[in-house]
Amino acid sequence: MQILNQNTKINFLKLRKIAMVFSALLIIASISSLVMRGLNFGLDFTGGTSVEIQYGQAADLSSIRQQLSDGNFKGAVVQNFGTSQDVKIRIPDQDFMPGDQVGVAVIDLLKSNDSSVVEKYKGYVGPVVGEELKEQGVLAMIVALICIMIYVALRFEWKFSLGSVAALAHDVIITLGFFSITQMEFDLTVLAALLAVIGYSLNDTIVVFDRIRENFLKMRKGTSEDIINISLNQTLARTLMTSITTLLVLLALFFFGGETIHAFATALIVGVFIGTYSSIYVASIVALALGVKKEDLMPPEVEKEGAEFDLP
Amino acid sequence: MIFDQPNQVQRPINTYPKWKYFVIVMVIAIAALYALPNIFGENPAVQLTGLRDTQVTSDQLNSVEEQWQQENLNLIAIEQQNNQKVVARFSDIDSQLKAQKSANDLLNPDSKNANYVVAQNLAPATPDWLSGLGGKPMKLGLDLRGGIYFLMQVDMDKAIEKQIEQISSDFKRTLLDDDEGRIRGRIETIENGVLLQVKPKDIERAYGNLYQAHQDRVLLERITRNGIDLIRATFTPTRLQEISDAAVDQNRLILSERVNSLGVAEPQIQRQGTDRIVVQLPGVQDSALAKQVLGATATLEFRLVNEEAMAGFTAGQRPPAGTTEFADENGFPILIYDEVKVTGEHLIDSYPGQHPENQQPIVNVKLDSVGGGKMLETTVKNVGNRLAMILVESQPEFEIIDGERKLVGSNQKERVISAPNINGQFSTDFYITGQFTPAETKDLALNLRSGALVAPTFFIEERTVGPTLGAENIEKGMTSVIIGFALVLVFMLIYYKLFGLVANIALTLNLVLITAIMSILGATLTLPGIAGIVLTVGMAVDANVLIFERIREELRAGTKPAQAIDKGYAQALSTIADANITTMIAAIILYAIGTGPVKGFAITLFVGILTSMFTAIFVSRGIVNLIYGGKTVNKLSI
Repeated sequence: MQILNQNTKINFLKLRKIAMVFSALLIIASISSLVMRGLNFGLDFTGGTSVEIQYGQAADLSSIRQQLSDGNFKGAVVQNFGTSQDVKIRIPDQDFMPGDQVGVAVIDLLKSNDSSVVEKYKGYVGPVVGEELKEQGVLAMIVALICIMIYVALRFEWKFSLGSVAALAHDVIITLGFFSITQMEFDLTVLAALLAVIGYSLNDTIVVFDRIRENFLKMRKGTSEDIINISLNQTLARTLMTSITTLLVLLALFFFGGETIHAFATALIVGVFIGTYSSIYVASIVALALGVKKEDLMPPEVEKEGAEFDLP
Repeated sequence: MIFDQPNQVQRPINTYPKWKYFVIVMVIAIAALYALPNIFGENPAVQLTGLRDTQVTSDQLNSVEEQWQQENLNLIAIEQQNNQKVVARFSDIDSQLKAQKSANDLLNPDSKNANYVVAQNLAPATPDWLSGLGGKPMKLGLDLRGGIYFLMQVDMDKAIEKQIEQISSDFKRTLLDDDEGRIRGRIETIENGVLLQVKPKDIERAYGNLYQAHQDRVLLERITRNGIDLIRATFTPTRLQEISDAAVDQNRLILSERVNSLGVAEPQIQRQGTDRIVVQLPGVQDSALAKQVLGATATLEFRLVNEEAMAGFTAGQRPPAGTTEFADENGFPILIYDEVKVTGEHLIDSYPGQHPENQQPIVNVKLDSVGGGKMLETTVKNVGNRLAMILVESQPEFEIIDGERKLVGSNQKERVISAPNINGQFSTDFYITGQFTPAETKDLALNLRSGALVAPTFFIEERTVGPTLGAENIEKGMTSVIIGFALVLVFMLIYYKLFGLVANIALTLNLVLITAIMSILGATLTLPGIAGIVLTVGMAVDANVLIFERIREELRAGTKPAQAIDKGYAQALSTIADANITTMIAAIILYAIGTGPVKGFAITLFVGILTSMFTAIFVSRGIVNLIYGGKTVNKLSI
């Protein structure tokens, strides 16, 4: 079985203006949402308390909110978590008790009003730890991007290196934008997913670049544009296949993996879509725009001995 | 090639030398063996551990077993692991819970005075021959089996403060001990050290003496401030490092001791970074109790009782300078000097025992040599006096600054736990007598031990996973692995036919390899770890996809089938390596920078990439070679 024609000849680069506009729009939308609405940071980053409980019957969220405000707890976010019986409560540190005691107090309060309450999870993150995790997360992203940039520059060429990092930044910004626009909770697992997206998208990009390099060296005729187009067509089947298999398992995680890794799976699904698109369009277009040409990828000629002494 | 290789035999296309198959088969066999324990899984178990030197005797064991049989519990086996530790495995959780209760009732009749830890645990159901080879299943993380995770912060400022106090008093002693006459001066505390002012004529001598006695601990400098010559002593970076190392390690040990009373089978207490400790308590649910036990941070101080001022003193009166009024262990007022003679830092051990002559319950105390020296000095001069032991307990103190709760320090509560008479000179080893019951000596010994903490700790992060959530996570994680795996297998088979089958075999072996490596490494499986495995399954086929698409391309270009296979594998190799190395970079960074759940994900991702490269490149080629190698092939099933 084959999904694609034996020899696709899609002129990808003909569409590059449309693609650039599309990417630009997505990025603008993402950045403006990130600036205006920001991310809905989870407990890991904000600090505070998070409690997951299960009721014997469908939980009445407004009653829970009322009970909490009657108990003087301020700023609690109460929502269903997975099923109608499961409830997740996120609550900032309170004035009247140490932060690490809030969780127990909230559960005790709700239990005293409904004995069917079962504690499933309780987490407290101190303010210092939350800040640190945020810093570490940003640091991890930057370090990952730099290391990858160096590796690609060494293995390929700096124009490709910039192209691949541009594609990665594109993917990360749009995935972050997705989390900002939907206001899905951004926790530590989403951060891990984002780094996995970087790895995945890069994987795709490298495969395309590898082929571009090979074709630059192999094909004597044709413009850079032609060669990139041919390379994209040649790798298209593989790009799609791998995206499909990865999406298959991610969908399995999304639908069967449970609420705890829902956000993780979502981030990866979004990232795989964007990453597939960006390795076709963003990475190669940036490399092309920077003027990548055959000579860049030729093995460097060995300098003649004494060449440096030659005068003009 | 410069040299001809005459011995190199030209191998027919698409065949492997025998040794390659041998390596592949060996790797797979070993992997399968070490992955096997995971299939046997774990049994709910009850673990009996004697505290301190208490042994689990065979009589006790027999009576416990008898009790369990009477209750009709589904006992699988009892294993005596050593004199102090017995593990009993059950086939269901219900039996385990009942067994824990009845065993606890039998072994610890006095609940306040428990000699045994009776804890729930999971014991690997690995057959003996397999565990004999070192086979063990992957450990489950807290998110999969339930339990509590704490991150504790060690208050380093306090530890350094303590050291500054110590150095001040050591300085005083050095200066007073000089043979040429006492040197008197004033000591002022500064950041990371002290400033010393003495009479100008003494400064040379003071500096010399201090340098000789303390140069290994502090950096001594002569400085001038406002025209006055001073001696400044600050801790060297090495010394500061030692102080923080000692503070963290000591806290870690004390915490390990305290965890025993919670009945945890496999507590994990590890240092994290410079000043933090991670405590993981699998199976424990009551976080409030756990915190009470772990958080009862305390430091111990030995201080002399001001006997002179005690005469004629009544409660509420103003105590003399340098003295503070306390209530003793019976609630009577007692006046104690502020000067700390010996700190709990020097306490090595304290344990209950019996008086060698009258068999009365006593508490034995052991100090290190520095502490012993100080104790000797103190007791020589103060026989007949009382020595108070004060436990300083600290709790974190918060303040609201700009609407945010900030930790501002710790609140200290001082309590006299004992004030016995000094009956003679002693140094490193002594014992405390009194009208003690055995239980009281145990408490006192524990109190003293817990007071050996040099720096207070507090909780900065806490996660409690209930057992229902743990079970749910396992079930859902496994379901998604199976479904995702099945989907990929079916898809590959339809799309690449026979080659798809080869890829599927490689993929299955990949899972076996990941499981084996994780088990051998003793890595902990967490939910994000499972997600990492699922993701690896999706991405592991990538290498095969790259190869197969290359083969198809070659076929389209008119290459003969056998050559197409060979070229396909050869050409895809560098692409596979490049693509995987970059993902590995991401995994390594995740591991290095991430904590807890992120680390778990990173480990499986990393291991998964390694194994998938092995299976996709070597194993799948090996199988393809077996099918198509060494014969004329007209058509490939791809």
